[in-house]
Amino acid sequence: MAFAGRIALVVALAVTLYGIGASLYGARRGRRDWVDSGRRSVYALVVILTVAMAILEAAFLRSDFSYNTVANTSSTTTPFLYRAAALWSSQEGSLLLWVWLLSIWASVAIRMTRNRLRDVVPYATSVLLGFGAFFTMLLVFFDSPFTQTHPAPVDGAGLEPLLRNPSMLIHPPMLYSGYTFFTIPFAFAVGALIVRRVDAEWIRVTRRFALASWLFLGIGILLGAHWSYYDLGWGGYWGWDAVENAALMPWLISTAFLHSVMIQERRGMLKVWNASLVLGASTLAIVGTFLVRSGVLSSIHAFGASTLGVPFVILIGAMVAGSVYLVISRRAVLRSEHALDSLVSREAVFLLNNIVLVGLCFVIFWGTFFPLISKAATGTSATVAAPWFDRYTVPLALALVFLSGVGPLIAWRRATLANAIRNFTLPLAAAALMAILAFTVVPLHSSPTTVVLFCGAAFAVSGIGQEFWRGWRARIASAHESAPVALLAMIRRNRRRYGGYIAHVGITVVLVGVAASSAFQHEQTVTMGVGQSVHVGAYTERYVAATGTVDSDPNHTGATLTLGAVLRVTRGGHYVTTLTPSDGFYPAAGVMPGAAVSSLIGGQTAVSEVALDSSPRRDLWAAITPPEGQLPESKLVSRADRIDPTNIPGSDQVAIAYRLLRAISAYYRHHPPPVTFTLLASPLVMWIWIGGLIVLGGGLVAIWPAPSALRRRAHARSAAIVAQELGRA
Amino acid sequence: MHARRRSSRRSSAAPSSLLAALVIAALVAFVVWVLSAPFRRRVGPGPEPPARADEREALESAKEAKYAEIRDNETDYRTGKLSEEDFRALEVALRAEAVEILRRIDQLSAAPLASGRTAG
Amino acid sequence: MSSPRKRTIRLVVCLAIAVVLASGLIYTSFAASDPALSPSQLLRTGHAGQIYQLTGTVVQHSVRNRAGGVLDFRLADRSGGGRSIVVAYTGSVPSAFAPTRELIVTGQVRGGRFLAQPNSMITKCPSKYTAAPAGE
Repeated sequence: MAFAGRIALVVALAVTLYGIGASLYGARRGRRDWVDSGRRSVYALVVILTVAMAILEAAFLRSDFSYNTVANTSSTTTPFLYRAAALWSSQEGSLLLWVWLLSIWASVAIRMTRNRLRDVVPYATSVLLGFGAFFTMLLVFFDSPFTQTHPAPVDGAGLEPLLRNPSMLIHPPMLYSGYTFFTIPFAFAVGALIVRRVDAEWIRVTRRFALASWLFLGIGILLGAHWSYYDLGWGGYWGWDAVENAALMPWLISTAFLHSVMIQERRGMLKVWNASLVLGASTLAIVGTFLVRSGVLSSIHAFGASTLGVPFVILIGAMVAGSVYLVISRRAVLRSEHALDSLVSREAVFLLNNIVLVGLCFVIFWGTFFPLISKAATGTSATVAAPWFDRYTVPLALALVFLSGVGPLIAWRRATLANAIRNFTLPLAAAALMAILAFTVVPLHSSPTTVVLFCGAAFAVSGIGQEFWRGWRARIASAHESAPVALLAMIRRNRRRYGGYIAHVGITVVLVGVAASSAFQHEQTVTMGVGQSVHVGAYTERYVAATGTVDSDPNHTGATLTLGAVLRVTRGGHYVTTLTPSDGFYPAAGVMPGAAVSSLIGGQTAVSEVALDSSPRRDLWAAITPPEGQLPESKLVSRADRIDPTNIPGSDQVAIAYRLLRAISAYYRHHPPPVTFTLLASPLVMWIWIGGLIVLGGGLVAIWPAPSALRRRAHARSAAIVAQELGRA
Repeated sequence: MHARRRSSRRSSAAPSSLLAALVIAALVAFVVWVLSAPFRRRVGPGPEPPARADEREALESAKEAKYAEIRDNETDYRTGKLSEEDFRALEVALRAEAVEILRRIDQLSAAPLASGRTAG
Repeated sequence: MSSPRKRTIRLVVCLAIAVVLASGLIYTSFAASDPALSPSQLLRTGHAGQIYQLTGTVVQHSVRNRAGGVLDFRLADRSGGGRSIVVAYTGSVPSAFAPTRELIVTGQVRGGRFLAQPNSMITKCPSKYTAAPAGE
């Protein structure tokens, strides 16, 4: 079946090349049948790649170790779900996942636009198939997931225990969905520029796709931050790591686009800017994919040198060169129709927000690529650390929070200054109140930026609350509906506006969580014996007892031995919670003669399972540092190895080894050595995740299409008003 | 620790490669069938010349966007962001812009057409 | 409000501000950066008093726990071969730390050893891939 998989990939490559040719030919000659055939190539591609994915996934699920990729990343002891997820833990598997997701989203986009943008779609199809061709070409010629070894190894290396986390099941697919989805607005932008048609219909279609990309990528980033937070050594929830930054940059640019496209929609302005933003966001998404896999920058994700560096650089170069060429050669079509009516308008605020977002992206870009830039400039590779990033991103983030509060309070086109000032009264009062609270009730003044952020947050949230309140009241008055009905109706009638407001609240909440947990975190790294305790901020944590279990792995990751600790946490003498961090030890691929017990626990690195007690007010985080490079109770283990007879059948050796391991585990429980703990108490971390969900909820509200009945009613009303102008009854 | 499966794999090789061949054949047949479908059915010239359909589409979107702007203007007024005077002035301007779009749509419809109904 | 001349002036002012801010940014990045080196590069060109970011792989059988919570190990080049340097590290150790693992650590060179800043160790996400035959 691996052969079938290989052929499937070759067929996929052929189909993409055919589709590009058919679409272009049909577009040039005005032949609908060729264009349709080109569109159908996209649908055919989904089917072919699904077959390839199915073949590969089946190999993983039935642990077919003749496949090299299965042998490298899975094992019989890897739990079922993680075996399924192991597909995308390797380079070749993730390439296949990438192009499969691309084909799915491309077909959704092509299907949705089957009766629209008829001149643009063939070119957009070619671009999408072009991406497909690039990735299938990599899979066919550079790195195939279907290479096999015969005879097959008996067992595989197993999925890295560090990746045996529920996040592994969803973070890569979500992030890849985000990255691949960005190819769609790119393709439609390129197509529109080629045919010189950047109009209202293009905006309508592109904005939806850009919003979907933004949503998926946002979820992927949030999941990555959450996962990183759970793991020791990955920098907390954000470390300005190159790969984290690579995902954030396209997200920032698409946020800018989602705002500035509204200006183009209303005033016919900023066409060059918007086209550049769309093309830029998508190029950055491909750069992000490249960074993860090429090893060009040091990062927690960078895997060292890879064969794919050069092809990716060529692709990115082509995207940049093509984009620049198109924007410059089509600048006549991209000329602005109008100018800003007034600096006191929502359009002007959006323009400011764009500048801040693009500025933020530039800072992050510069810092991320600095090793390469400095190498080119000075010959030595140098890095900038988190403090440099913080120095520039923090003020920009503060500006964003304030802007996200100002925007909703200002009218479109030309606001009445007197009204605007009046509308600011409540939010400014809230900000002032927060400032007073920050200096008295909850002393935040040790961190001025946090105070400013909290005030900005109070400003933004109360301003948006005011907007909801006023709109709701107006609706109740005019439509005579009950309060709950009116609220829902108000949101449904204007999803973009209120979805946007909700997203703004979400962002504010995220930044509040980030500020508080960064500025006021307490950390202790300490070695304690049983009975000892340590102060972490206002909390006292006491090492009460040791734990040890064999094979009844409490974390379901396939660990043979789990050693841990019980920590009792109190605050001011009152019991708060119990934390049970642990370390899991994993089996090696096979039994080594004379080292049966070591093989049970010496396979891959021990993984620290973090203990976390989350509440809205604070997170208590505890981890045990595994003994570095050594097995626990190593003297006992080597003694046990010598006891286990080697002249009996393998399975009996294993059974005895397990009994010995249980004895060691019991010994550890009763005679626990001192253990090094890393303990954190961080306020308001949960609000980062809550805020993220609010942002995504807002995005979903904004993207949800209004039911057509609602749309018709709204249009009928507007049409009636305008018809009066035309003098028709 | 785990029973060797080599021998069982060899004996299942024959039916497995038959299955693989079937899958490949089905895939290729499917691809050819899907991609050739547009050439097999008669595709007429379409109810409207493509260029006009696209222009109509663009104008329809512009119309919807303009209606949304008019509604937004009203919402801005109702939520106290505009004085009555500014609201009326903007409303007049927006309506005029909407009328202009409707006029262009009318012009497009009035132009001679092969068949009655539009496509998009 | 929106005469072409006014717009041009506004554009020029904005661009000028952007250029000034960008220059400030670029300058501080060079000033605040730490060179990123591999162990053999560090041994060749490193000198005391400069903070470096060191990337390499942990050498087999080189890990020792010393008194006072200090972890000693040898770090060699990612691409293998070359010399290795002894690293003295304090602070929290990531759970992915192990011999033959890649990691990044920040610190200074002193007396032929690398004194790492506490808690500056970052390990690489161990997702597997097939290495290219030649290095990067």
